[in-house]
Amino acid sequence: MDAKNMTKEEVTEMVLDLLEDITGDEVVREERDINLLEEDLIDSLDYVELLLNVQDQLGLVIAPSELKREEMDTPNKIIQVILSRRDA
Amino acid sequence: MQLFNDTSFFFWAGALSLPAFLLGILEKPIRYYGGLVTLIFLWLAMGKNLPALGWLAGFTVGEYVLIRAYLHARRTKGRQTAVYRLVLFLSILPLILYKILGLWGNPHHIFAFLGLSYLTFKAAQMVIEIYDGLIEEAPAFDFFYLMLFFPDITSGPIDRSRRFSEDIHRRISRQEYLDMAGYGVFRFLQGMVYKQVVAALFYTVMSWFGMDRSLGSILLYMYAYGFYLFFDFAGYSSMAVGISYVFGVKTPENFRAPFVSKDMKEFWDRWHITLSHWFRDFIFTRVMMVLTRRRVGKDKLTRASLAFLINMGIMGLWHGLSPCYIIYGLYHGVLLSLTEVLQKKWKFYKKHKKDRWFIWTERIITFHLVMFGFLIFSNHLHELAQTPQKGDLLNGR
Repeated sequence: MDAKNMTKEEVTEMVLDLLEDITGDEVVREERDINLLEEDLIDSLDYVELLLNVQDQLGLVIAPSELKREEMDTPNKIIQVILSRRDA
Repeated sequence: MQLFNDTSFFFWAGALSLPAFLLGILEKPIRYYGGLVTLIFLWLAMGKNLPALGWLAGFTVGEYVLIRAYLHARRTKGRQTAVYRLVLFLSILPLILYKILGLWGNPHHIFAFLGLSYLTFKAAQMVIEIYDGLIEEAPAFDFFYLMLFFPDITSGPIDRSRRFSEDIHRRISRQEYLDMAGYGVFRFLQGMVYKQVVAALFYTVMSWFGMDRSLGSILLYMYAYGFYLFFDFAGYSSMAVGISYVFGVKTPENFRAPFVSKDMKEFWDRWHITLSHWFRDFIFTRVMMVLTRRRVGKDKLTRASLAFLINMGIMGLWHGLSPCYIIYGLYHGVLLSLTEVLQKKWKFYKKHKKDRWFIWTERIITFHLVMFGFLIFSNHLHELAQTPQKGDLLNGR
């Protein structure tokens, strides 16, 4: 799969699926500005899974040291990072 | 002269900060002056030991050539894993050699200069991020200034090249600089009190009352040493952060009240932060990715436990090749794995993790586990076992 051939909505949907899977909570769909770290929904291990899945399912490589945690701590921020990477 | 230790250092630090302050107020770049001050301090610290200065120069230039060559290879040949691994290995080879030669006392002082362990982190970080495509250029001035920057050359905090470059090329307004300089002076003074007063006090307690073989004495040593280590290292780090602010660089913090941590994972987010985050970003996460890709272990928890052991094992080796450091690393690896397993599997934890009494219990347990770790790190038990005691003779043992 390659994010470059997908619409913005398709990418968003896919990332939300991923996040729901990783956090085990569908709240990530409804409240997209929820702070995943503060709410204990995501930890270092989950980020590894997220990066791997983004690479496998969307064909986008994000390096572990590339972004600070604060830059990826809500569903919306994660979606933005991935979309901007797709358009880069 | 020893940096951050001798009276003459404090004199020079004060005197040489004044022109930096002036440049800051005038909104001029401080980096070239900072480079000059760095050279002056290197000379004051190592001028009497020319071989060490030579090794430092050779090492830094060597790393620079390696990084430029790798940048070129990455640009022309792309993301090749074999080349990357070779370059990464070469970049850390001096440190490996130094540690191994140390086992035989390193009589020829090969790669013996202040800061080798810390400089290696900065160089390796650049190699890894060139491979990741995050770094596409390495101007000579930025590289050497980052590597040799006098506030953190001896013992960190470990800065990162992209952050550092951004800092030294950013235009700082007068108002912001005044805030930075004020904060810097405060942190420097705070660090002096931590290191020269509080740490010295704990050291005295430790060496007066903590040298016997009785359990009470060992416990006293353990807690006094733990606090000594914290105030000594956090004090140094605070001074390093402080003076770098005066030179216009926001060096990252190394400590954040580590003894209030409620579990071992939080502890490593508060203790020697730049080191543990370096390990997290460049070792733990990558080991985890490889393990997941190759489907090692039956589930995520098994892989995480293994990754924690590898990560902390390497951290132990980095401290030194003697048994106390290796055991210290593995001790933390085991504790982190256990923490992860308990937090994921223990129903009681999930039910009570937000209760006040539970959090306080966690804090108290974590504190003692941490202190016991420092006791391992200090090698005190081993030394006690080896030195004859007064009591031994009296009792005829």
